[in-house]
Amino acid sequence: MTTRLATYAATALLAATMLAGPACAYTVYVSNEKDNTVTLIDTATLEVIKTVDVGNRPRGITISLDGKHLFVCTSDDDTVQVYDAKTMELLYDLPSGPDPELFVLAPDGKHLYIANEDDALVTVVDVESRKMVAEIPVGVEPEGMGVSPDGKFVVNTSETTNMAHIIDTASHEIVENVLVDSRPRFAEFTPDGKELWVSSEIGGTVSVIDMATRQITTKVEFEIAGVAKDAIQPVGVRISKDGKKALVALGPSNRVAVVDTASKQVEKYLLVGQRVWQLAYTPDGKLGFSTNGNSNDVSVIDMETMEVTKSIPVGGLPWGVVVSPD
Amino acid sequence: MQRSIRQEKFRPATGSTGTASIGAALVAVALASVTLPAIAQDAAPATPPAAPAPAAAKAPADVANVKIAVLRQAVDAPAPLSLLDIPPADDGFSGARLAAEDNNTTGRFMKQHFDIVEVEVPVGGDAVAALKDLLAQDVHFIVTLAPADTVLAIADAAGDEALILNAGAPDDRLRGEDCRANVLHLGPSRAMLADALAQFMMWKRWDEWFLIRGSHPNDELWAAALQRAATRFGAKVVEERVYEDTGGSRRTDTGHVQVQKQIPVFTQRAEEHDVIVVADESEIFGEYLPYRTWEPSLVVGSAGLVPMSWHPAHESWGATQLQSRFVKQNNRTMSPLDYQAWMAVRTIGEAATRTKSGEFAPVRDYIKGPAFNLAAFKGQALTFRPWDGQLRQPVILGTPKLPVTVSPQEGYLHKVTELDTLGYDQPESACKL
Repeated sequence: MTTRLATYAATALLAATMLAGPACAYTVYVSNEKDNTVTLIDTATLEVIKTVDVGNRPRGITISLDGKHLFVCTSDDDTVQVYDAKTMELLYDLPSGPDPELFVLAPDGKHLYIANEDDALVTVVDVESRKMVAEIPVGVEPEGMGVSPDGKFVVNTSETTNMAHIIDTASHEIVENVLVDSRPRFAEFTPDGKELWVSSEIGGTVSVIDMATRQITTKVEFEIAGVAKDAIQPVGVRISKDGKKALVALGPSNRVAVVDTASKQVEKYLLVGQRVWQLAYTPDGKLGFSTNGNSNDVSVIDMETMEVTKSIPVGGLPWGVVVSPD
Repeated sequence: MQRSIRQEKFRPATGSTGTASIGAALVAVALASVTLPAIAQDAAPATPPAAPAPAAAKAPADVANVKIAVLRQAVDAPAPLSLLDIPPADDGFSGARLAAEDNNTTGRFMKQHFDIVEVEVPVGGDAVAALKDLLAQDVHFIVTLAPADTVLAIADAAGDEALILNAGAPDDRLRGEDCRANVLHLGPSRAMLADALAQFMMWKRWDEWFLIRGSHPNDELWAAALQRAATRFGAKVVEERVYEDTGGSRRTDTGHVQVQKQIPVFTQRAEEHDVIVVADESEIFGEYLPYRTWEPSLVVGSAGLVPMSWHPAHESWGATQLQSRFVKQNNRTMSPLDYQAWMAVRTIGEAATRTKSGEFAPVRDYIKGPAFNLAAFKGQALTFRPWDGQLRQPVILGTPKLPVTVSPQEGYLHKVTELDTLGYDQPESACKL
């Protein structure tokens, strides 16, 4: 009896594996800050695959270049947890410095740059040796982390100092501090590495910094009919794979702005869930995902039509999101 | 110490805070020699001279040095009802110190350094003399943790030479008929606190109020603000009673026996009401009301659900970060007075960053100009009202352990900002600057 059941189970598993075949099926990983869980979503079916328990207060989330390892900032455990991205088995912890919130993986996949909110530091961790390589003092309440496509610069935003600190990854020295509007939350490079986009949550703007001069060239401003200016709070910023559009999550306004990267003009506002926080795209650039903290769901954005096509319920206070490379 | 409305009460620090810089020590010495405390038995000694600041704190030559004074004046007040409410000796000062540390972290990148000069003026001491000493030391940013009359005296003596950042006094007259062009107000006024409470009462539909107030002048002011809020937002004070302060010792072995019998008698046969609204800024009896009233009444105002600028358990909008920085630095939680002093010193830091200057005039002008805004863990940019110098801000309503809500409540709309539904709006303001 037991043997027969096991056989059925094995067959079913095999069938499921074979069915999940299409090349465009990626996995979306969502960190749920309140529930201490990560939800996995299949991009082919747009259904939740499963929800797994992780460490305390998971926020920043990213994945290795080969898609094998999922990194989760478990802020209240003062560590970065590393999971097998397929089985979601906890493999080991990386040293992170206290209260890691957001991080970014170098383009070569070897180093993780972690913002330590409580200690005004950026911690550099070697992912392979699992050792802390450097600590770089930055401004008060470091949060956003971006890395240039060539890996030469990482950028940290400090929420109370109100700067984007541009750090040389070879020397681990700050090469420029760019003052932006209040409470900068996120830093994102354009795919050509020429521009750096930094969101300011309280200032209500996104500063576009020219990397050649390291000066702000434009500030993208937002205005939504019927929504109070105070509620328009830019947080997550992601530039599309082709570099043509930037999506900006606007927090409690419950909107994602679609910005034309050439003209820096807002083209439209997408109504998503409540308190929209972070964004991610599928590697083929076809779908976008936004985490909506107060409505406990993820909105799916069709990147061709720029329409919200679906809302997927996830865990409590979804915060970060990343999509597997394959 | 979780009540903004207790900001009026500054008790003398016990002993030295131990961190006064050279400037503060000089001022303290000067004060000790020139002032005769009015109420000798309650007067605190001026902060004794502390060791000179370590050389490491001295800024290099190419760094702009910005000196900020925090002037605290003690007032004569009875001991609080609860041992838990005895304010820490460094109440307010610690918030300013943390903000200076935050400013200095940013200052590393801006070539700016911020020093805090702490000045303690005893009860009845001469705050104007202290101000003159500060001006003589080239200190032009003065954060006050002091009663309204002291703020006014300092402001009038300072004229154009200083910017006064009132981080203590909640008096509406400082924002109204007694406003001054060189004063900014960091904490919410009594009217703002009352309006914040009233909006939530209306949201709960608890609109019939039994108002019980204390017998001291500040209790009357707080009761008047609550009465005004009731009228503004459509609540009704169905009955008002005054609880006379008859003095006496607060610390007695069996006091609870009498209190348990007195409060029911005091509150019986009141008009039908939804809530008891207590105006007891002096803390004579407010905390005695919950669970002891004649009828099973909810208590709000000075006890029960209390409006405040900061709650030690406020965690929204990234506030956890400020709370944990503060606890790490001081081994205690952050009080509203600490938060207001933090905002005052951060205001100067923010303007120094934006103007890239440590000079008095450009920093002051930027703070008073339209571009200034402060991020202070309230979920939106905080700005100063140009007509009276009041910082617009959301107000937390909390019980002792947790915040309950944050006002303005949803639905209270305003053509400029919903924050202007709290306190005196421009058309109602008596301030003529």
